[in-house]
Amino acid sequence: MNLTADEEALLESDNPAVRKSMELLVRLGDIYGAEEMVEIASAQASGISYKSIGDPGVEFLEGFADEGAEVSVQTFANPAGMDIDRWEEMGVSPEFAENQRRILTALREMGVTLSFTCTPYLSGNLPRRNQHIAWAESSAVSFANSVVGARTNREGGPSALAAAITGRTPKYGLHLPENRRATHHVDVDASLDTQADFAALGSWTGRIVEDEIPYFSGIDDATTDDLKALGAAMAATGAVALYFVEDITTDDAPPAAVESLVFESSDLADEYDDLTDTEDSDLVVFGCPHSSVEEIERIADRVDGETIEGDMWVCTSRSNKTWADRQGYTETIEAAGGTVLSDTCNVVAPIEEMGYESTATDSAKAATYLPGFGNQQVKFGDKLSLLEEVTK
Amino acid sequence: MSAETYDGRTIADGAATGTVLRSTEPISFYGAVDIESGEFIEEGHQLEGENVADRVLVFPRGKGSTVGSYVLYGLAKRDNAPAAIVNTETETIVATGAILGEIPCVDGIDVSELEDGDRVTVDADAGTVTVLEE
Repeated sequence: MNLTADEEALLESDNPAVRKSMELLVRLGDIYGAEEMVEIASAQASGISYKSIGDPGVEFLEGFADEGAEVSVQTFANPAGMDIDRWEEMGVSPEFAENQRRILTALREMGVTLSFTCTPYLSGNLPRRNQHIAWAESSAVSFANSVVGARTNREGGPSALAAAITGRTPKYGLHLPENRRATHHVDVDASLDTQADFAALGSWTGRIVEDEIPYFSGIDDATTDDLKALGAAMAATGAVALYFVEDITTDDAPPAAVESLVFESSDLADEYDDLTDTEDSDLVVFGCPHSSVEEIERIADRVDGETIEGDMWVCTSRSNKTWADRQGYTETIEAAGGTVLSDTCNVVAPIEEMGYESTATDSAKAATYLPGFGNQQVKFGDKLSLLEEVTK
Repeated sequence: MSAETYDGRTIADGAATGTVLRSTEPISFYGAVDIESGEFIEEGHQLEGENVADRVLVFPRGKGSTVGSYVLYGLAKRDNAPAAIVNTETETIVATGAILGEIPCVDGIDVSELEDGDRVTVDADAGTVTVLEE
């Protein structure tokens, strides 16, 4: 790999964290065939929940902070395993909370913004088109590449942190324009009426295209939340890091001479069945990826004056929750028996330790991960129909 | 018997001499190796009951959770890390752990050429593994 004089100096740095970070990036670049580094504008660090990284992860983050690790570009943190302030109310154990706090302290020492969200682009870390970034968190990677038009590979926790520290990432994969072309054409011949429909389309597509690049046509309209759900699902059932939607995320015509797929109404219905393995649920969860203020408003409107059977979590970032609090949405939802949690989500919180066995969600990403990560049975449906069932 | 040298690729810099501990199965460090002792604790794994500390750990490749990188770092912090790592192909989990833990690591080596108990020198800077004469 060709390194600049500045990059050579980073490899010889007196700061062990800088030296190791640079060495890691150079080796990863060698492994993936990068010819050079590219400077990045921002980073998103993953592997933040104590549930995900355990004691070895706490030790690493503390050790790395002690060795002098400090980020050199704006770096946001993925969700933690608990609401930083309301963990006790959530039912998180004091031991878990203590370990999560150690992670928080190490991140603050390194200069990482304690955003604890998987939607950094809704909370103040918003790149611009064609900007190079190093983001972990597969759903955020997909959004940044596809909706924003920035350029990032799917980073892991350590590689994103190393990039944040050195301000660079190896230039390969999606940093290169020639690798950002559609490989599949998906003709959507079904009506997508809810955010969950977009999630179901994503879960179907991700399984088929795996780590390649789909181009969708036949979608008339899509909100930011719909695109967030579509991308998150494809990144969970597959490893899709970039997609295109005709006339919505791109003005380019559909690709010629690529594999063609048709998504029909029957595929949509089948996908709901595939993602569902129970009819009952102990917990209803929205906010994977984290809810926007608009989604919280919609939930508040629906449950206003009602009583929710069982538990309901609405997960979001701290910044979005601030607006939800001010608008009165939080109060409405909590008066109905739900909880608006910030900093965390049901995938990275220790929900199986809290006694939950089944979860209902409108997220295909959560529906994909919960059986394995949280030992949950899952019911997949759209927000209004799930709320209908728990408020009747 | 003359010294035999195998050429591979540098993954993490450094050099070390030690005794081979070989697994023909891939290794997931998370849940498999105890950071406090270096002991291999994964039930049913061919290395169960062995200790990786100061050995030249030879295995085809890593597998499993990405937390494995942090386990290698933790072993190094406690001086329980392998003296060096030799792989057929080092994937990113082991590469990351070896670099962060500063454990010399070489890949591109046919691990069946190295026998349990062999004394070897791993010169990761040069990307070589040399079996020392008896």
